[in-house]
Amino acid sequence: MKVSYFPGCTLKNKAKDLDMYAYKSAEVLGVTLEEIENWQCCGGVFTTANDEVATKLSSIRALKYAGDKEQPLVTVCSACHNVIKQTNHAMQTNSAFADKVNRYMAADGSYKGETEVYHYLEMLRDLVGFDVIKEKVVNTLKGKKIAAYYGCLLLRPNKVMRMDDPENPTIMEDLIKSLGADAVVYAKRNECCGGYISLESPDAAKKNSIAIIENAKVNGAQMIITACPLCKYNLEKCGADIPVVYFTELLAEALGVKEDTNA
Amino acid sequence: MQRVGVFVCWCGSNIAGTVDVEAVSEALKSEPGVVFSTNYQYMCSQAGQDMIKDAVKEHNLTGIVVCSCSPRMHEATFRKTAAAAGLNPYMVEIANIREQCSWVHKDVLTGTEKAIILGKAAVAKVNLNTPLIPGESPVTKRALVIGGGIAGIQTALDIADAGFEVDIVEKKPTIGGKMAQLDKTFPTLDCAACILTPKMVDVAQNEKIRIFSYSEVTEVQGFVGNFDVTIKKNARYVKEEICTGCGACVEKCPMKKIPNEFNLGMDNRSAIYIPFAQAVPKVATIDPNACNMLKNGKCGVCSKVCAAGAIDYTQKDEYINEKYGAIVVATGFNPISMDKFDEFAYNQSKDVITSLEFERLTNAAGPSAGKLVRPSDGKHPHTIVFVQCVGSRCESCAEKGKEYCSKICCMYTAKHAMLTRDKYPDTEVYVFYIDVRTPGKNFDEFYRRAVEEYGVKYVKGMVGKVTPEGDKLKVQASDLIANKQLHIDADLVVLAAAIEPDKSARPLATMLTASMDTNDFFTEAHPKLRPVESPTAGVFLSGACQGPKDIPETVSQAGAAASKVIGLLAKDKLTGNPCVANSNELMCNGCSSCANVCPYGAISYEDKEFRMPDRTTKVRRVAVVNPAVCQGCGACTVACPSGAMDLKGFANSQIMAEVDAICK
Amino acid sequence: MHNNKYLRDEIIRISGADVSKCMRCGKCSATCPAYDEMEYHPHQFVNMVECGDIEPLLNSESLYKCLSCFACIDRCPRGVQPAKVVEAVRLTAIRKQGANHITADDIPAVVDADTPQQLLVSAFRKYTK
Repeated sequence: MKVSYFPGCTLKNKAKDLDMYAYKSAEVLGVTLEEIENWQCCGGVFTTANDEVATKLSSIRALKYAGDKEQPLVTVCSACHNVIKQTNHAMQTNSAFADKVNRYMAADGSYKGETEVYHYLEMLRDLVGFDVIKEKVVNTLKGKKIAAYYGCLLLRPNKVMRMDDPENPTIMEDLIKSLGADAVVYAKRNECCGGYISLESPDAAKKNSIAIIENAKVNGAQMIITACPLCKYNLEKCGADIPVVYFTELLAEALGVKEDTNA
Repeated sequence: MQRVGVFVCWCGSNIAGTVDVEAVSEALKSEPGVVFSTNYQYMCSQAGQDMIKDAVKEHNLTGIVVCSCSPRMHEATFRKTAAAAGLNPYMVEIANIREQCSWVHKDVLTGTEKAIILGKAAVAKVNLNTPLIPGESPVTKRALVIGGGIAGIQTALDIADAGFEVDIVEKKPTIGGKMAQLDKTFPTLDCAACILTPKMVDVAQNEKIRIFSYSEVTEVQGFVGNFDVTIKKNARYVKEEICTGCGACVEKCPMKKIPNEFNLGMDNRSAIYIPFAQAVPKVATIDPNACNMLKNGKCGVCSKVCAAGAIDYTQKDEYINEKYGAIVVATGFNPISMDKFDEFAYNQSKDVITSLEFERLTNAAGPSAGKLVRPSDGKHPHTIVFVQCVGSRCESCAEKGKEYCSKICCMYTAKHAMLTRDKYPDTEVYVFYIDVRTPGKNFDEFYRRAVEEYGVKYVKGMVGKVTPEGDKLKVQASDLIANKQLHIDADLVVLAAAIEPDKSARPLATMLTASMDTNDFFTEAHPKLRPVESPTAGVFLSGACQGPKDIPETVSQAGAAASKVIGLLAKDKLTGNPCVANSNELMCNGCSSCANVCPYGAISYEDKEFRMPDRTTKVRRVAVVNPAVCQGCGACTVACPSGAMDLKGFANSQIMAEVDAICK
Repeated sequence: MHNNKYLRDEIIRISGADVSKCMRCGKCSATCPAYDEMEYHPHQFVNMVECGDIEPLLNSESLYKCLSCFACIDRCPRGVQPAKVVEAVRLTAIRKQGANHITADDIPAVVDADTPQQLLVSAFRKYTK
């Protein structure tokens, strides 16, 4: 299976692990990630304003690129996924916005939101299947107590994201279980880590992140996994005393391709 | 040619405000057949009616057009007036120039023009009217009550009290409904069981009442006065008439780990069970999904210990056909699922419970024998947070919850909070509310007592997130008056879940052809003036199936529904509606299109001999309408490809004459 | 209290949110992870925009405290979408000439070796035009 892949700015820099292990794991699972040519940064956050067009064009170019290749568009960074999915939704539901965009993009041909957008986790669940992953595990993570941290961008707004139950999600827990580990369920896994406020008010972000880690630890977590570079940064910066890793790294480890990449 | 009289009503200023009534009566004077036209302030008044009667005599009228309000309001009035003047009542036509005319138009010119057109259409129709004579049908003097909660119980008792037979069909093994699960009742705090169980016993002992428990209605045919109902009695694998309810089987049953639905799964029951001590009928029931004997033929303990020999593993579902004159729907409500509201962590912690679960936790017959303890560890909770409006008052695009106010939550939460503070003064009790709604006798006083005498902390605001952490529930909420975000370490969180109609209501409504609103509450015939009747004749509404309501309201409505049923059953014969379908056998080709669309099963076929032009005879299959069953909906008239089917009083020719008059 | 009808209508238009749906339950503020950082809280944004009392919001640091985590949007029982209201007010403020909340010059002092690009990109998208 071939899919179009949008890595995003951070994955080529500070979050290389998230990207690298995504590639390696996908390969084992029979999925080829075809990186979109000349992709541009999604902008990090979706601007909700109705009258913003320019800030959304980079997402639309990526969407259209995948659409032209008749491939689903897969992202792995929570932020990219959120921005691209919300932009695509706006293209599907807001015709005035779509008209404006298509006038801007006249040279590239029109786009109406046809491309299917998958987060890498959704790809694992819906296109690969957790049962298939389970069969491919070579290093079982049995006995490890792992807490999934979703943050906000994967799940909300639920009306657009439609990934899972936004208040009691299970997609990452199901992944953890398919890798042989125990999934730690804790209520703060969908509360915000502080996001970009850590730039201006690191203490405010710290307060949120500490509460999340504390909640995971009280429920027995030995490790936290996430799909978002900013979440990982905030959770680590607040002084986490348990490891915070990208879910792709955990996946690669279980699939036996982690050492491979390090070597 | 008819001699038509036109009477234009002002309806005070309701019509005359935006319709020039003088111009209307003047314009209609020149319509074909019209020999008299006038207008008057209130046609429905005695003086107005007398005016019609006098005109009939004076002008030898054969048809009447009243331009007034909706025929739903006063058609019956003017038909009686016509009858009193010696006319056939079906020679009256109403032109509704109020609801969709004077009330919706703002300027007199438009309103008047439309009123004249509507009047012309009615005149065109009345010119083609023929006298109609309604048929009569007998009334089966027995009522069916569907649902055995407090609504159904009260309705059945009141009908039986008037001397009529009543059957209650209850899908659970016992009657009693939600009220049997409650602990105390607001605002007087009487014990629910103490006031309900005497009524349950009354039902059991009443010779006029039969209870079909563990049963459901599967088919309804017929019409008002003559319903034909199929009741499915689910196999309970216990002979009801022999079982003494001694409970020996329940005690000895080895399968003891079945979630007890009466206690909302907070404790277990055995595979053979009696829901609660005062169950009516006090008869055991075997849960076929849990019983080893029924699943794999191994066990049989209950049969061995039953002294009465009541156990019957071979029992089958039984279907009973019964005739009824009236049907009362009393299917009640349930709290909605909390699955979509997990910001409150209902699925993530045992100590987040619904209010109905709280009732069971404080009930002496409940899982903790009435001691208020945390379901997770059995410890006494010291800080309790009640959250109101969980799933109520949600905007439709919020994709979860209900748009309406569930009405009962403010009061039961005040009750819970008050009783908790009364029995356990060492607890801190918070109630988060959006509005406290207490419009009922002694209701607001009750709520204020909870605050002023019992020290319940009412906080204006909502809870945003509940985080189970260790043995605490971290509650994050807003206090809008203090403009603060609160963080409370609670031991127990109680959610006032919105209520919704029982899931059985929707298929039942289909069977009854009774209408429902978008929330699956049954619709009443008129929201103010006919609140306990369904628009479907012979079907009545009792309790929360019609809308959220508390016990006093439910009991009042149950009595009202009973009185309507009694009024119906007291009649020996019902006058039918003469506006029924009629098939022209010369044009009918027997294709069955009409029978296929008839919702009432009123159309059958017979083979009939016809003389052909060449003097031979030919047998053809033709449609025949049973006028007693036909409700005059007209579906068959549009389905008929050959134009053989017509509706009396609404003939195709009459409708076309109206359309022509409007388009002229 | 001001009643700036023009700004009110403009903010409602940009946000696409219907503030009249609010029933004053405060769940947005109950759920807000940035509550303690804010002078005006999500429910106040909704209410003040509805009343046309916009100036205090435009001048408040609260504009830059919202995390756009959308918790208020998902949990609002009335579908009011408070985060979109906050965003529309913020855009109204920063779209003015020279009103950017941060500049590139501010950045070297606040980054460290691990700061992900995503953080800077997001902050610039939120705080500047």
